[in-house]
Amino acid sequence: MTTVAQPTYRKRVGYQATLLGGIALLASAVLVIADLQTRDTIAERRAEDFRRTLEQVLPAQMHDNRPQEDIHILRTDDGRTLEVYRARQEGRVSGVAFRVQGRGYAGPIHILMGVDAAGEVLGVRVLQHKETPGLGDKIEVNRDPWILAFDGLSFAALPAPRWAVKKDGGPFDQFTGATITPRAVVNAVRDGLTLFHAHQSELLQRAPDGPDGPMPMTPEAPVPADTSTPPPDQYLQETLP
Amino acid sequence: MNPSVKALFEDYRRLFRDGIWDNNVVMAQMLALCPLLAVTGTATNGLGMGLATTFVMVASGLLVSMFRTIITPEVRIPVFILLIASLVTLVDLVMNAYLYEMHKALGLFIPLIVTNCAILGRAESFASRQPVHRAMVDGLAMGVGFTVILVVLGAVREIPGSGTLFADAHLLLGERFAWMELTLIPEYRGFLLMILPPGAFLALGFILAGKRVLDARLAARTAPAADPATSP
Repeated sequence: MTTVAQPTYRKRVGYQATLLGGIALLASAVLVIADLQTRDTIAERRAEDFRRTLEQVLPAQMHDNRPQEDIHILRTDDGRTLEVYRARQEGRVSGVAFRVQGRGYAGPIHILMGVDAAGEVLGVRVLQHKETPGLGDKIEVNRDPWILAFDGLSFAALPAPRWAVKKDGGPFDQFTGATITPRAVVNAVRDGLTLFHAHQSELLQRAPDGPDGPMPMTPEAPVPADTSTPPPDQYLQETLP
Repeated sequence: MNPSVKALFEDYRRLFRDGIWDNNVVMAQMLALCPLLAVTGTATNGLGMGLATTFVMVASGLLVSMFRTIITPEVRIPVFILLIASLVTLVDLVMNAYLYEMHKALGLFIPLIVTNCAILGRAESFASRQPVHRAMVDGLAMGVGFTVILVVLGAVREIPGSGTLFADAHLLLGERFAWMELTLIPEYRGFLLMILPPGAFLALGFILAGKRVLDARLAARTAPAADPATSP
């Protein structure tokens, strides 16, 4: 596939194959270069984005550490692992943030929620979803303040069975034309709070080998998963969609 | 003005007229209906899809036209698809890295561009037979025409559907464009049908019918004037 090709030349199968292969090779080369050039920046942007969301669900005034680096791997009862980001004030865990997942109208809704030590919701943000634009995307905080309704809620203020949208007899608004989406978010946050209460003591304990916490009053066995936590940046790259 | 420059402008003007009205991707060629119906719930979404598509159309016009002398008819379709798909992936990567906020708003649409048959259609019927500059202008004109119909359909659906116009434009274009967001009907409960796909079919049907009526009127107005000259 060099310069001016004669008609007879161009009719050969070899020319066709070389042309297609050459263009494919060229396209792959360009994409490989583009991927290498942008990969780090994209990972950085995603990590930044996640950090910003984390700051929204773990307000800065309630911690003096870096929660995105203070990760605890929680083993849930059904055998899965959940990464929990811990906010600490003078070494004491003042709040935790973790991901929960709702079953939305068009696939999973990935949610990050923050809970303080007393079990009160600090904030809920949607990380990723595929809900219908214009209907279900009101769960994004920059489109609609709906998701702020969770702030300050707890099982003490609203018992778990009452966590439902208005259509199901609960206090949460649904959207016009979209009930499944807010229902999924409400259920996911409720399950997240249930999970928090089930593991409250584990989540709030001072990790003996915590990066910036003093030694705990009562010696407790170090959580093995904690020490095997990969460095935060690499970690974010791996888990962020 | 230099006559050759004048002829070039006249040529470009005709390409734009084709792209925006006479041979519009949607209204005349009936292509690209899948992304059209999928994303036009709001005018803002339509604008985002339109801008992304326009960029890919201009770039694919450039590439296809550049390679047109070495591409043979037998393998042209895979070559075009390869070029367009690589281009879209490239746009996706670069936007994700350097225009992250915009990518969050537009990211949903970018993979949809690959499925846009209008781009392949223009590559096949125009760019593969034309010099680079005409292919690029045609891509731009077709892209602008597509953007116009996307925004119009988005607005036609958004106003009765949710009572707003250009909602969330600041997520797409930045805070400076927040003035574009209008709430036309306050406290509006919304008309769900218009936001869902059936509303898109209905609205598009009315727009197409409107264009036919307009074209028929224009033809009727010019025809009597031409008649006496041709048949005295």
